Amino acid sequence: MDEIRTSGARALALPRPAFAIARPRLRRAALVTGALGAVTAALFLATLSVGSAYIPLPDVLRSLSGVGSNPGLDFLVLDLQLPVALSAVLAGGAFGLAGAIFQRLLQNPLAAPDLIGISYGASAAAVFAILILNLTGLAISGAALIGALAGAGLIYALAWRGGISGYRLILIGIGVSQFLLGVVLYLTARAELHDAREAMHWLVGSAGRADWTEMYVLAGGLCLLVPVAWALMRSLRALELGDDAARALGARVETVRLGLIAVGVTLVALATAVAGPLSFVGLVAWPVARRLLGSGEGGVLAVSFVGAIIVLTADLISQQLLPVALPTGVVTGAVGAPYLLWLLATMNRGGIRG
Amino acid sequence: MAFAATLRGRGLAAGLVALAALLALLCVASIAVGSRSIDFATVVSTLTGEGGGTDTETAVINDIRVPRTLLGLLVGAALGLAGTLLQGVTRNPLADPGIMGLSAGASAFVVLGVALLDIRQLTAYVWLAFAGTAAAAVLVYAIASMGRDGPTPVKLALAGAAVAAGMWSLTTGVVMSDLDALNEMRFWQVGSLAGRNFPVLEQVAPFILVGVALALACGRSLNALALGDESARALGQRVTLTRVGILAAVTILCGAATAACGPIVFLGLLVPHMARAICGPDYRWILPYSVVLAPIVLLAADVIGRFVMSPGELEVGVVLGVVGAPFFVALVRYRDLAEL
Repeated sequence: MDEIRTSGARALALPRPAFAIARPRLRRAALVTGALGAVTAALFLATLSVGSAYIPLPDVLRSLSGVGSNPGLDFLVLDLQLPVALSAVLAGGAFGLAGAIFQRLLQNPLAAPDLIGISYGASAAAVFAILILNLTGLAISGAALIGALAGAGLIYALAWRGGISGYRLILIGIGVSQFLLGVVLYLTARAELHDAREAMHWLVGSAGRADWTEMYVLAGGLCLLVPVAWALMRSLRALELGDDAARALGARVETVRLGLIAVGVTLVALATAVAGPLSFVGLVAWPVARRLLGSGEGGVLAVSFVGAIIVLTADLISQQLLPVALPTGVVTGAVGAPYLLWLLATMNRGGIRG
Repeated sequence: MAFAATLRGRGLAAGLVALAALLALLCVASIAVGSRSIDFATVVSTLTGEGGGTDTETAVINDIRVPRTLLGLLVGAALGLAGTLLQGVTRNPLADPGIMGLSAGASAFVVLGVALLDIRQLTAYVWLAFAGTAAAAVLVYAIASMGRDGPTPVKLALAGAAVAAGMWSLTTGVVMSDLDALNEMRFWQVGSLAGRNFPVLEQVAPFILVGVALALACGRSLNALALGDESARALGQRVTLTRVGILAAVTILCGAATAACGPIVFLGLLVPHMARAICGPDYRWILPYSVVLAPIVLLAADVIGRFVMSPGELEVGVVLGVVGAPFFVALVRYRDLAEL
């Protein structure tokens, strides 16, 4: 009961008759989503303007719109910085949304894509491609994409037993990821040091290395999958009541579940192909978004924005503030951790379900 | 294994004895098998102190294989118990020293020691890894204690994940900018029993023995905690104190084990599930079963690792991943393991 006294915003989450809460909640969700979108846009422009050289904002906008720009600045903005900023936004958004899907679907705050094994398929395939097949560039991304999908398919097939249970899927995901981790450790411990470093670089993940082909594919995927995710997440509310109750309410439990898993896996696979397995984004984006929204509903756009903000911030820090330029993935952990600490510090009883 | 779920009391005790016998056999195998083939009679006579082998053979057995096997026993028991305690205290079947950030803490400290202090000996890594594990554990607990209702299982799990990610960032940050550190790290990181002699064993053995004793005393408390904090309190448990005690035991066990062999994380996840599959939800049985099962798995993996690539060998961390994981998957598939 002491929640009532804490703040007006938190009081919104109290059970009141549906007609009374629907509108303030919607308004708050819209406000939060809008604000997150604005922050994302600001960080996006900041990334364009402070890349390898400082370019004033008006010039950035001129280059972007193509009106009255100069070719030298165009090269810096469009060819050097735009891919970095775009891949940060797209990959961050995809990891964030995928994390939200898995955490809500499996009802476990630890069910992030990198913990339940989907990223490891990509990692093992990419390390194999780098160290054994000596591939470079786009071919590594292709291998990662195939590896992620194959790994996820294997996990799903092994976890299927007349249906999918949350814990079984997670545990088998961890089992499969330990197998793949064994492969990665074996390959890197036996490779030439220089190659091992390159593989390590890939394993850490970085925003600044994608090429346009991979990004077009990811952007297309997001346009297609975000609406699907939005539609399926609505049915998820029924699923969270338990399978039997959900069926009684008319939800098609297995269809929704399979659909959401497919969407989440595809997002992770595409994003990993672009930026590598950026750790922590999928884990932290959803708890933060949920906290900001004040309720566990909706939030498909909000969580994507949070993911994008984390990766953009991490990239700015790794490129601008650190003495040595490090790959983005080194910093996502360091940026994500304080978010999570803040979340823990302010968490109320029952704020997050286990 | 379906029949096993019905075992109770005397059956469980008999099962424990049978597993202990299997473990003894594995110990013998671990001493008898290796890149240098020594015939079994010589092994037995060397162990009983009668001599009979050449000097090299005696040295191989006494100075390499015996400490390695003893270390496997201790480290296995430590990691199995640490995983069981962590899963019990966080009430999360996913918790293990890897996911909870403890191994990541050890890795981060070792890599910092290599990069900043230029440390290169295994015996020095022991203390670094120990300090790293302890630092991570304290950090996880302190973070989880923030906020109104103290360290709940969910907050412990989240804090563990946060610390793991933070420590991992630190490790990769150092490794990416220091090639030397990367070179040391990629071998230490795999987790191996090879090359650890008596000095390492002597360093970690007292810690592990204390930790095992502490852990085995926790059965009743873990049973109470499994019912939820409120019920545990109603049963007279001092919940916060119990939790601190259990986490201290985990730190000692996991710190010593990681210090000796590098982060062999999967064992702490696998063994509690195996134990629970055999003896159900009662921690007074799960804990002793973990003590016996974990070294069985670790030594078996180590012996396999010496076989498959003979005359070279495969690190036990790799074998555990590649052979242990399919076993784990089968276990999860054919039993429902979510009861916690």
